[in-house]
Amino acid sequence: MSVFEGFRFRHVSSPIHRRDPRVKFLYVLVMFIVAVMFIELPVLLVLFLLQIPFVLVAGVQRQWLRSLRGAMFLATFLFVFNLIFGYISPGTTPYGMSPLEYAFAMALRFLVLVESFSIFFLTTSPDHLSLALEQSHVPYEFTFAFTTAVRFVPVLAEEAQTIMDAQKARGLELEKGNFMKRIRNYIPILIPLIVSAIRRSLELAEAMESRAWGASKKRTNLYVLKMKKGDLILIFISIILLVTAIYVRYYVPIPTLTRLLTK
Amino acid sequence: MIEVKDVHFTYPTGEPEVEALKGISLNIRNGEFVAIMGQNGAGKTTLVKQFNGLLKPTKGEVLVDGVNTRTMSIAQLARKIGFVFQNPDHQLFSETVEEEIAFALRNFGFKEATLKRRVTWALNLLDLTEYRKTSPFMLSGGERKRVALASVLAWNPKVIILDEPTIGQDHRQKEILRQFIVQMNAQGKTVVIVTHDVEFVAECSPRVVLMAQGQIVADGDAKKILTDPNIALRASIVPPQITQIFLGLADLGLPTDVIDVSEAKKVLLEYLEGSAH
Repeated sequence: MSVFEGFRFRHVSSPIHRRDPRVKFLYVLVMFIVAVMFIELPVLLVLFLLQIPFVLVAGVQRQWLRSLRGAMFLATFLFVFNLIFGYISPGTTPYGMSPLEYAFAMALRFLVLVESFSIFFLTTSPDHLSLALEQSHVPYEFTFAFTTAVRFVPVLAEEAQTIMDAQKARGLELEKGNFMKRIRNYIPILIPLIVSAIRRSLELAEAMESRAWGASKKRTNLYVLKMKKGDLILIFISIILLVTAIYVRYYVPIPTLTRLLTK
Repeated sequence: MIEVKDVHFTYPTGEPEVEALKGISLNIRNGEFVAIMGQNGAGKTTLVKQFNGLLKPTKGEVLVDGVNTRTMSIAQLARKIGFVFQNPDHQLFSETVEEEIAFALRNFGFKEATLKRRVTWALNLLDLTEYRKTSPFMLSGGERKRVALASVLAWNPKVIILDEPTIGQDHRQKEILRQFIVQMNAQGKTVVIVTHDVEFVAECSPRVVLMAQGQIVADGDAKKILTDPNIALRASIVPPQITQIFLGLADLGLPTDVIDVSEAKKVLLEYLEGSAH
């Protein structure tokens, strides 16, 4: 469950934590767009390294590394599948990349996405997030559902751990058997987890309604988000990044490793 | 049976890191009935999770039947040490009660014939036979708890650990559970319960291991430990109500180490007869 670890917010203060969540979201969005625009390995590597200063300034490197370690499993999965399909149907990889390079780039792209989302969630409190959504005129029901979902991720992760312990104590061995058996091994964990999540959400709904949730139509907030100088700088960085990326995409030929090596 | 030697334990993901167990040494012999007590966060559950290898000590060692838990898998340890979790909803997942009970037996590789016999035996033992084909999710809280217990007892582990068995149980269910535990213990099974239900422990009167802040503060007979107001204060537990009465009546020259209703009756009658003369 370590991948969830990387998304658990802790209350600390840093220049990154203090940024307006809307601006941080813009940054994540730009990262997302740029990562999807490129499949060339050198660019993805630059994107990956570019974000490390943010992590260091925010001081969340430990949790961040943990989330990357958690994402490694899926990244490996992506790598293996892309490699297999690359060899099954040759010539489908873009820019004449070798299947190996392509598979590697796909996995790295995934890691870049996880990296940026992880920075966002590690440095943005759920309260700030709901504030940002609300002040972007998203209906309160949606905002609430979203922040509740985010807030319950660590609770769910903890519960998953307890369920795993309970089933291991009944002799379940998760790492045993072939690939299909291993997937089936997770059924005794997923069913109790889903059942208790549903039960919990019903209880939450009852508790909220008994405390008059949604009684007043017009809500006001104690805190109002305001952009500061640091926010403007981050917006500026994000826009520069996007513009540069578009320019590079259309006007700069990027060498692939395959071409460099075969030359 | 279980030897705990100077065990320290720190949760790896805790932030800030807190040492949950600070040098625990404990010896649980075969056939013993032990209640591990203490306030929330005293380290009770952390300690019992060391017994079946769900957690391994950061320092020190735990021996089960003379074998270090570090050298065994959880499944191997589970075969000897059954662990019933606090919340049955954390383990129930099968379509029928019967399948739920058979789950662990399949994991341990029991043969189909033995498996059937064991399931029937466990269903019968916990009075669940009529629910054999029912979905565990359709049962009441108390019944689900019994299914969870049956699913562990089915493979007949030498030791059975019950984490907070009395939480959310009404008086009748508690009484059934108490008789059941006492009976199991009388038949030679080692029983460890983790609880802060003082009244329940007073009625069972097992060996009590009292914990506070990751350390054992007292270890001994229930009668001795639960009636000592100083020990109780250190571990933030309250003596049983019967004992509280006798502690309050200490000035009359009555004994203060009474934890049992029938014993209390006897002592009081003797006193009344004495004062009538």
